[in-house]
Amino acid sequence: MRAAVAWVGMIAVWCTATAARAEVPAPSFPAAEGTECVEPTDVMRREHMRFLLHQRDLTVHRGIRTPQHSLVECLECHTAKDDQGRFMPVDAPGQFCQSCHAYSGVKMDCFECHASKPRATPRAADGVSSGNPVRLQAATRR
Amino acid sequence: MNRYGAQPDQARRRFVGRAGATAAMLTLAPGVSLIDLVRAKSDDVPVSADTRWGMLVDATKCAEGCTDCVDACNDEHGLQTSSRPELDAQYIRKLDLRDRTTGKTYSLPMLCQHCETAPCVDVCPTGASFRRADGIVLVDKHTCIGCRYCMMACPYKARSFVHENLTDQVPNTPRGKGTVESCTFCAHRVDRDREPACVEACTRAGHDALTFGDMSDPHSDISVMAKKIATRQIRADLRLNTGVRYHGV
Amino acid sequence: MASSVGDRFSVLDRAGLRFRFAVAALLGLIALGYAAAHYMEVEGHHVTGMTNQIVWGTPHVFAVFLIVAASGALNVASLASVFGIARYKPLARLSGLLAIALLLGGLVVLVLDLGRPERLIVAMTYYNFKSIFAWNIFLYTGFIVIAVAYLWMHFEPRMGVYVKPVGIGAFVWRIVLTTGTGSIFGFLVAREGYDAAIMAPLFVVMSLVFGTAAFLLFAMAVFRWSGAALDTQVVTKLANLLGIFVAASLYLTAIYHLTNLYITEHHGFERFLLLDGGVHTTLFWLVQVALGGLLVFAVLWTPLGGPPRRKAVVASILALIGGAAQVYVIIIGGQAYPLEMFPGMDASSSFFDGVVAHYSPSLPEVGLGLGGVGLALLIALVGLRVLPFVPDRAAGDVADRQG
Repeated sequence: MRAAVAWVGMIAVWCTATAARAEVPAPSFPAAEGTECVEPTDVMRREHMRFLLHQRDLTVHRGIRTPQHSLVECLECHTAKDDQGRFMPVDAPGQFCQSCHAYSGVKMDCFECHASKPRATPRAADGVSSGNPVRLQAATRR
Repeated sequence: MNRYGAQPDQARRRFVGRAGATAAMLTLAPGVSLIDLVRAKSDDVPVSADTRWGMLVDATKCAEGCTDCVDACNDEHGLQTSSRPELDAQYIRKLDLRDRTTGKTYSLPMLCQHCETAPCVDVCPTGASFRRADGIVLVDKHTCIGCRYCMMACPYKARSFVHENLTDQVPNTPRGKGTVESCTFCAHRVDRDREPACVEACTRAGHDALTFGDMSDPHSDISVMAKKIATRQIRADLRLNTGVRYHGV
Repeated sequence: MASSVGDRFSVLDRAGLRFRFAVAALLGLIALGYAAAHYMEVEGHHVTGMTNQIVWGTPHVFAVFLIVAASGALNVASLASVFGIARYKPLARLSGLLAIALLLGGLVVLVLDLGRPERLIVAMTYYNFKSIFAWNIFLYTGFIVIAVAYLWMHFEPRMGVYVKPVGIGAFVWRIVLTTGTGSIFGFLVAREGYDAAIMAPLFVVMSLVFGTAAFLLFAMAVFRWSGAALDTQVVTKLANLLGIFVAASLYLTAIYHLTNLYITEHHGFERFLLLDGGVHTTLFWLVQVALGGLLVFAVLWTPLGGPPRRKAVVASILALIGGAAQVYVIIIGGQAYPLEMFPGMDASSSFFDGVVAHYSPSLPEVGLGLGGVGLALLIALVGLRVLPFVPDRAAGDVADRQG
């Protein structure tokens, strides 16, 4: 009995030590376009999931499409382009959403359905109809 | 120094921003629909029951073999064909009909009819299939569990199921494996004062078979037209009060 | 009135090699079902035979079959506790166990076939109460609660007086549940083969058929395993009941089709199902009506069947096979026939309008369904080993006070 406890204890200590030594890389991703985000960075880090959860009901059920918390708008600034000038999916490793989510170990399933990058060529319906400065800035980078 | 590097030149950025926006708007302007929707809705205003969106299909102007509306819809929503056509999603499709007695043929687009008392809305266990205040019937894919009961219930076979993992969705049409989808009357366009992609394509090509507008507004094009020409609902005996009416079939 | 006074019950004590082999086999089936469900969830439904035309396939056939059988399996308990028929009283516990096991098996198959099974919690927290599906979620989970409560009234000696009221509650609940299951189809205006009030009572009668057949086979097997034999009189009476239920099912089916045949509007569907439906027509006439109907009568009520115990077993197996075919024809056949949007016109499109839809069951679907069956049987088997379900008395002389 005591031997079993000793074994379990030793294995537990070894696991903890190994985990403590392991290095989880800090999030790093390409810089976003635009001057600033629609909310302060620290607010976004804590609350972006609440904004998205709230906004999705407003958009789907009530047709409210304010760009402020729109996921489509996030992509306008936060997607990077590769060497050939094509947008990279924002949930790919090393990209904006995925870097922090991998670091924090939080699975996100948004992009099972949502587009992970803007259209290669913009459409009239995607266009700048609301005059929001963030959207205007984003539209210029195409 | 901020997160993005050296202190930015704000004046230069503002100029570039405004010049670029102007250039962008001039580039995009030709795509803007020329038909004025009566109530221009701004982004932060919710949809209201004062509006009831509807579509009038003039089947006499539909040519057999013409798929402009279907192609535009597939392009707008990023719908792709696969090796198994029985699994492909179709929000709108062309129906070719032939009267067994007289031999007369018809061709017309069939899509979600956006019924007032939609069976798909009645049967959805989670309420994911719902009718928006302005009459557009949608699937809230955040709540859809993929039971497909709405697909069983739809009298027009308007709904499709996503049978595989998808990667190249377009920004305004989220669609994913395991959920049900159908025509949204291009709600993302309608909310921004544009017409559905199918209507725009049909009009631009000069066929003029599709008219979209507010059926609650007696002065809208669709209401004026529906007073002049005979229209009917498909499967009208079901008393669903559809938002799509047909002329010429 | 206290039941089981003087009855003694025990756990299944013959836990030898045969038992372990059975458990291993069932675990294998369950593993198969799990693998199939996982594959379907990861890959999506394109690995199944289900399409945009046939949206409910083999898993739903299995699930509906199991759920309907579960409701009917409780019938013996209802006969004992609600209708006071003494010969079935020792079997009431077994009836409750089988009902719970079959329902759980059916529910697991149903949930794992969802497009997004991980959203089950959404299904349990967001309700649209106009949907019969939403009601069914409550009916199915409530059935398990009531059936467990019913068993508790049996197991706890002090609660014996409550067996009858809880039994009545369980009886009413299962009728409502089966009505709800039938109404899933009966409420659909869209399709010719559904949209009929008769679906609800038809499903109630089907539940009596499936449940009685399943219970007969289960009870006879349990007794055999415990080294005794279920009383021949009980077997004969239940087998006769099965025959009556099969007759009722055939009757309702006949009414459904005869009515449709009178209504010109439905002639297309009837022609499809009764004449040119290919596999559906074969399943209907050969398996549902002939094997699961007429042959059952021949086995039960002519010398063809042989001795009473063999009659019962053969009739039960035939009834279950016929019942499975019936569920397949209802679910798949009802979807295969095209929607009539433009009566009098031939329709064609890129979305398979106007044509009979084709469907063939795929391996993952069958695997999932069999996994559910395996789970149901395993639950029953484990239940037999941990709690005293097996009566000592019904093996021999059961005083039949009811006549």
